[in-house]
Amino acid sequence: MKTLNKLVAIVLPALLLAGCELGYKEQEQVGPRGTALVLIADPDTKAKVGEVPAPPYELTPEMIGGEKASTAYQNVPVLGNVSVDEFNYLMLAMTTWIAPDGSNVKDAGCTYCHNPENMASDEKYTKVVARKMLQMTQNINASWKPHFAGQGADQENAGVTCWTCHRGNPVPVNNWSTAVPDPGTITGNKRGGNTPAKTVAYASLAYDPFTDYLAGKESIRVGGKEFPSAASYGSIQQTEKTYGLMMHMSQGLGVNCSYCHNSNNFAKWEDSRPQRVNAWYGIRMVRDTNNNYITALGDVWPANGKGAYGNRRGPHGDPLKVNCATCHQGVNKPLGGYKMLKDYPALKGAAPVAAPAPVVAAAPAPAETAAAAEAVKPAA
Amino acid sequence: MAYQNIFTQVQLRGELEAGVPLGPHNDERFGPFGTSWLMGKLGGAQFGPVYLGKLGIASLLTGFIAIEIMGLNMAASVNWDPIQFVRQFFWLALEPPAAKYGFTVGVPLNEGGWWIAAGFFLTASILLWWARTYVRAKELGMGTHVAWAFGSAIWLYLVLGFIRPMMMGSWAEAVPFGIFPHLDWTAAFSIRYGNLFYNPFHALSIAFLYGSVLLFAMHGATILAVGRYGGEREIEQITDRGTASERAALFWRWTMGWNATMESIHRWAWWFAVLTTLTGGIGILLTGTVVDNWFLWAVDHGFAREYPATGVVDPATLPGAPQ
Repeated sequence: MKTLNKLVAIVLPALLLAGCELGYKEQEQVGPRGTALVLIADPDTKAKVGEVPAPPYELTPEMIGGEKASTAYQNVPVLGNVSVDEFNYLMLAMTTWIAPDGSNVKDAGCTYCHNPENMASDEKYTKVVARKMLQMTQNINASWKPHFAGQGADQENAGVTCWTCHRGNPVPVNNWSTAVPDPGTITGNKRGGNTPAKTVAYASLAYDPFTDYLAGKESIRVGGKEFPSAASYGSIQQTEKTYGLMMHMSQGLGVNCSYCHNSNNFAKWEDSRPQRVNAWYGIRMVRDTNNNYITALGDVWPANGKGAYGNRRGPHGDPLKVNCATCHQGVNKPLGGYKMLKDYPALKGAAPVAAPAPVVAAAPAPAETAAAAEAVKPAA
Repeated sequence: MAYQNIFTQVQLRGELEAGVPLGPHNDERFGPFGTSWLMGKLGGAQFGPVYLGKLGIASLLTGFIAIEIMGLNMAASVNWDPIQFVRQFFWLALEPPAAKYGFTVGVPLNEGGWWIAAGFFLTASILLWWARTYVRAKELGMGTHVAWAFGSAIWLYLVLGFIRPMMMGSWAEAVPFGIFPHLDWTAAFSIRYGNLFYNPFHALSIAFLYGSVLLFAMHGATILAVGRYGGEREIEQITDRGTASERAALFWRWTMGWNATMESIHRWAWWFAVLTTLTGGIGILLTGTVVDNWFLWAVDHGFAREYPATGVVDPATLPGAPQ
């Protein structure tokens, strides 16, 4: 009996710990000791880095320099300046990326977007979408380099292709749409949160942190200066909504808060890691993508239940849009940072009009840094 | 194992004891009802008599109303589905009004008015219970130490849910009712105001909280350890030699050079417990009203260390930054 009691006393607390992730954790210290700046990952639950499909065939410089697609094909406004060979090469790749032959996607292969009788026709909405998506990809690669090529990293060929998000699916697996608004009464009214929602890591935070931050331009900055002033504005509710977005980023990238922030003061840029700058540009890149490319397609997106290939809109009627997880898929560098763009030069897009300012000052001495940090503090 | 005293070793059984007769202007007592072996393992074996009285009834009634408002609002939020109510219980909330309502009373019920109502009745219930602890202690000719210790906890409660929201001019600053929602509030509150760990009153509160735990462990362990000499009969032993009390005192003098007395250890425990919520309440009250970012305040006042900057520059301050 006594032994049984002891056994229960040992086993019971052990069972209570069953919800914990037991076992070895990978740890990496990324800041001064004692600041909890450690990246911790559980190797058992880490998202796998996706495979990269091989290019359709080798694209030689002669092929790239060949006759322009606009001379051979009709209705090619975006890729008209690309050679016929590269155009065909890209079309083959896009098929593999989005509606691969032999997959269970309806009309898999060229016919997912094209009318086989008239390849130039825009009668299928998917072709109109694909054109916009090509422009989107070019815009991301040309205008948003600071997002994926900061910290003095090699900018050459850094960027995205259709595969980065699609991975063989007509609609990327990770997407979002605006949550259905709560009723005006208390019945069935969750106040936009208070629900075990995957979007915010099963916290009771607001489950749609996307509409206001990744389509809208609501400020994420809620932290204040030292003393309250007229400029102090972030309410607790706004902070919780920000928190929800950060939970999405943490999950979407498979990283801890300390991947970007120094937890002693989340708001302070001068103590943050450079990755936070990438994230800052990323948020704006996603807004640009959602507003100027996806939502801009308007009624090209068929109404739910009306499309040939299934629903493309959320329950509130807005199209399915991108967030951090759409590309990242649980990995801090999508596809492990593989520079897929080197094989698809047509997706690079035009150089941006004005080169973005440097992301990080080039490793200054601590004293200088403090002074520099002082100098760049925002006015209020 | 026999002398580890995890459970009460001796249970007194006999005639049920009604206690001292009540003075004038008192209500009826209920009981005593009987004895319980199980309860006797944990404390006194006799249950009752209970003095409920007008204050007790009013407190229970208002408390019941408050819990009903919270529970029914939560049940409504899951469309009155009892299974979902249980499954999602830890996530469900009754939230305070949005910031746009400021600190006004005329908030529509389904926009946070229910939260104000629940808060009102909960506060009434707690204050009535406080009055009950005060009046009952007086009736027994005791000091009112329990009431004032309870009052310290009520101070923190009122700061969180009423005084600070009033000073900030917004109900939205107050804590929602709900298990996870109030934890999310706590995390968001700390992030919004630049990390509460750098709030010196929060630090004091933690020190007193942990100190309370330490003192409770030391005192509880000491008395149990001399239970074999009747150590729980504390006061009558203070002046005698060789008693449990003297051994307990000697133990601490031997191990740490000094001992609290049988009386003073309770003063230590009382003050640590009371100061936990007293300092905590001050810390919460200063947050957002006097200090907006505790980390920056702490660095400015030599309370926290500034680490070398990482060289990262806020991209929003760069020329031509996207919006």
